[in-house]
Amino acid sequence: MDWTILQQYGPLLLSGFGTTILCWALGTVFSMVLGLLIALLQRYGPRPLGWVIQAYIEIIRGTPFLVQLFVLYYGGPLIGLRLDALPAGLLGLTIYGSPYFAEIFRSAFNAVPLGQIEAARAIGMSELSIIRRILLPLGLVSALPALVNFSIILTKETVILSIITVPELTYQTQRMSTETFRYIEANLALALFFWALVETISRVGRKLEKRVTRHLIERT
Amino acid sequence: MPGASSVEIRKVNKHHGQFHALKDVDLDILPGKVTCLIGPSGSGKSTLLRCINFLDEYESGEIRIDGQLIGYQSPGGARMPGRTLREIRRSIGMVFQQFNLWPHMTALGNVTEGLIRVRGLPKTEAERRAREALEKVGLSDKMASHPSRLSGGQQQRVAIARTLAMEPRLMLFDEPTSALDPELVGEVLNVMKTLATEGMTMVVVTHEMGFAAHVADQVAFMEKGELVSVDVPDKILHNPQDSRIKAFLRTYHERNSF
Repeated sequence: MDWTILQQYGPLLLSGFGTTILCWALGTVFSMVLGLLIALLQRYGPRPLGWVIQAYIEIIRGTPFLVQLFVLYYGGPLIGLRLDALPAGLLGLTIYGSPYFAEIFRSAFNAVPLGQIEAARAIGMSELSIIRRILLPLGLVSALPALVNFSIILTKETVILSIITVPELTYQTQRMSTETFRYIEANLALALFFWALVETISRVGRKLEKRVTRHLIERT
Repeated sequence: MPGASSVEIRKVNKHHGQFHALKDVDLDILPGKVTCLIGPSGSGKSTLLRCINFLDEYESGEIRIDGQLIGYQSPGGARMPGRTLREIRRSIGMVFQQFNLWPHMTALGNVTEGLIRVRGLPKTEAERRAREALEKVGLSDKMASHPSRLSGGQQQRVAIARTLAMEPRLMLFDEPTSALDPELVGEVLNVMKTLATEGMTMVVVTHEMGFAAHVADQVAFMEKGELVSVDVPDKILHNPQDSRIKAFLRTYHERNSF
């Protein structure tokens, strides 16, 4: 192995890593927000809308991200949707992640005890206030471990953005290996970067979990 | 108590799926009086109680609070708009078997929540009233505690303070002591007795026969969705005529004779 190659390609890999983090962070936030919206519409919206949403969830979950991205990036222009690689990648991640987040939120909302919602109804609180003050805070807390977990899964879905030429880390390491034939070094570097990212997310996630549950755990 | 509510229940029916939970129930809840609902489990007492504030929706008949029909615009008519229902609910307090405090808020936060979100009071005024309500139930030293740090009895007293702060004219209690350890039952019943002497209209689903005997103005016995009999406590508890009431009370006497 020859690690001196990293001196030459270091800046390129770092910029790729930056793009990876950007895609992951924005993709996670966007798909989480969309997922939350879907879960709320599913819970409160009219039934036909629920069926449409269910179909969306099944279709997106039932097909590979690779295929979705191809359709969006190469098929999009056929219907007038012409996006650059990065926006297309972000949109793709948002669509791909949303049904998983929606399902996490749906089950978290179902886990909020009905009695606590009834207590709010019984004093005359509006459904909107109940969502804001009871359902969301309690639901988000119980969803947190699963949200962190799926965010971690999403880090590794970003590598697929390389096929539509988003200059993220995988794209750059592939460039490095085709230019230098240092496949092992390139892939090890790729693995290390991802491991560092995932480790950071999971540590932050655990801290956050501890913080938000500190009042909810029964101490007798 | 000024403005204590009355409730008229007329020919109310309710199904849970195939199960006929309430069968033509008639009952008058008198203003400023305590009505206890007793009967075996599954007899419909909790369902009837939950129909009074329309948490459970009755299908036919009428429930009127101070003459105002709840849940429907007219008897057998369309559902009442959510806003009107919420307005009626503001003046009806409800206390649940499982307390149902909001675990992410302190005791004080649980009480101020409705005052701020429903009554629209400014925070300082809401906190002043919440403190008063918590003092009344004997919890002035627990205001900053979250429910996870409180005993069952304390949680239930916070729940009572939460509804009291809203200044209800009618309070519904759904087996308020059934989830409590026996030694914690007394503290909750004492708060309820105080409310009763102050002239609050109360409807209490309970298995505490002592409370029913000493505090209730009338006791209603239910079985299999029917309101079998309603009378003063002494008549129902010590001098029952109906064989179903006798059989029900016998299980209590057997259990408590040691």
